[in-house]
Amino acid sequence: MPGAIYAEGLVKTFGEVRALDGVDLDVPEGTVLGMLGPNGAGKTTAVRVLTTLLRPDRGTARVAGIDVLAHPDAVRRSIGLSGQFAAVDEYLTGRENLVMVGQLYQMSGRDAKRRAAELLERFNLADAADRTAKTYSGGMRRRLDLAAALVVSPPVMFMDEPTTGLDPRNRQALWDVIQELVAGGTTLLLTTQYLEEADRLAHDICVVDHGKVIARGTADQLKARTGGERVEVVVHAPEHLTVADEVLRTFAKGEGTVEPHTRKLTIPVAGGAKLLAEVIRELDTRGVEIDDIGLRRPTLDDVFISLTGHTAETADENDTDGNGSGAAGTGGETSRTAGVK
Amino acid sequence: MTAVSEAAGSETHLRSPRPRGGLGRSVRDSLVVAKRNLIRMLRIPEVVIFGLIQPIMFVVLFTYVFGGSINIPGAPSGDARAYREFLMAGIFAQTVTFATAGAGAGIADDMHKGLIDRFRSLPMSRGAVLTGRTLADLVQTALTLVVLAVVALLIGWRSHENIAKVLGGFALLLLLGYAFSWIGALIGLSVRTPEAATSGGLIWLFPLTFISNAFVPVNGMPAFLQHIAEWNPFSATVAGARQLFGNTIGGVPRSVTGAWPMEHPVLASVLWSVLIIAVFRTLAVRKYRSATA
Repeated sequence: MPGAIYAEGLVKTFGEVRALDGVDLDVPEGTVLGMLGPNGAGKTTAVRVLTTLLRPDRGTARVAGIDVLAHPDAVRRSIGLSGQFAAVDEYLTGRENLVMVGQLYQMSGRDAKRRAAELLERFNLADAADRTAKTYSGGMRRRLDLAAALVVSPPVMFMDEPTTGLDPRNRQALWDVIQELVAGGTTLLLTTQYLEEADRLAHDICVVDHGKVIARGTADQLKARTGGERVEVVVHAPEHLTVADEVLRTFAKGEGTVEPHTRKLTIPVAGGAKLLAEVIRELDTRGVEIDDIGLRRPTLDDVFISLTGHTAETADENDTDGNGSGAAGTGGETSRTAGVK
Repeated sequence: MTAVSEAAGSETHLRSPRPRGGLGRSVRDSLVVAKRNLIRMLRIPEVVIFGLIQPIMFVVLFTYVFGGSINIPGAPSGDARAYREFLMAGIFAQTVTFATAGAGAGIADDMHKGLIDRFRSLPMSRGAVLTGRTLADLVQTALTLVVLAVVALLIGWRSHENIAKVLGGFALLLLLGYAFSWIGALIGLSVRTPEAATSGGLIWLFPLTFISNAFVPVNGMPAFLQHIAEWNPFSATVAGARQLFGNTIGGVPRSVTGAWPMEHPVLASVLWSVLIIAVFRTLAVRKYRSATA
């Protein structure tokens, strides 16, 4: 049985650019798919197709079991969308925004008001409920935007870069909210440029680049693909490098590296923590004094670089101010490109 | 974020209720969006205030700067009162067409800020975002006309017909304004920035409103312009309003070229406006369905 979000062979071109070049997706009900990729990789386009905002040139998609192309209106009743921009009306109060969205989800005025009050409470916005959204901080706007996506507690949610431009504290707070949501059984497709975010929130990850899914699996599976664990040793004195190298060779599962200037040696290993203890004992026996030693697992960053040949994060990574100027500056520019492409 | 945990687990997934019938939903959704836009107008009163200053300025400038030099056919030469009566319907009509820029800028701004994406992802009627916007603009235009009519009365404009006809004249003007806000909606959806929508919504209004019978009688224009002016939809509304206000000194409106709309200005005005709404509403809603910010 296909999952709550299912797509096959999605293709979308804008002029010369193939924003989606045959994307397949299958997200089982109640799980989170992290769609990871750099700006312009096609993430936003994929979300726009799945949320009925854009018609693909080719391919099929089903969301909550409903054909996206044949019954867009029925799909819209079953989804919540939280975008890259905090898409709330800044001249309306938090409460007015949520009531309006509720009414447009075809709730009665009374139900919409009740639901708005519930959500404002739940997202710690009750105190600011009757202030215009213009006065909100970046984090508050994101929470309001997310609340707007949850007005009908839809079974399927889409979040397009929910924490782009947020400071670390607000990002953490939003992650907590998202985890609560998923614990409640919501199926979620989340796009992100932050590898840490995908690692933290997603059950499955698909890596997208140039409109294609270039890898998929759990975070652990993807990391394993990049070549497993390594032991890194920093010796105290340069003259110990040779002996340390000799010792490490006996444990290595492949070619190691030596960086004389940092006095660092790295070898690929298999065997985990137990092996690390043996390495330490052996180095100690041979009289090698060490400053640092550790077992390193590959990060998703390593995965990304090995898959695409470039890093995921781009210039707007530095943009952490989280509100107005971010959207108007580089953040706005890049997300705009993603939209058009 | 502690409040979240209690609510999240216990909540059941409910889809939004099934939509009611097409028309009922359209009307209700449009009113929800119109209310949103009216709240915005109250919170950004500058927009409404600047919208008022321009027509008031035009009334004063035209009346006192041009008024003494323009001769109205059938009126005594240099009769300032005759020009004032002639002018007002033109200024009123020009004012309602400025709703185009408002609708365009508003919708372009909503696109830019991602609100259109939000609306398009909701199970709401497809035309409601635009209809709601144009309805809100209609309310603003009506308020502007009330203020402008008071200013006009203060500087000596008078109507010479019964109240029903006068109200009919204003209705004709509002219908034109409503029609033009649909042109603005299409412009707003077609440009990349709110700034472009404002200028794109305004520049073409100047030739449209000046090559007409609004500010000067067409008999002073070259023959080819006379034809354009008299077939101009804008002229039909001006002439229609003049007729309903009784501002027809010496038998004006009267066609110079024999154009049909000038002979039947009220009917022609209604027909033009309905035609504009039909065409531009269709185009704008189609554009909205595929709009990408």
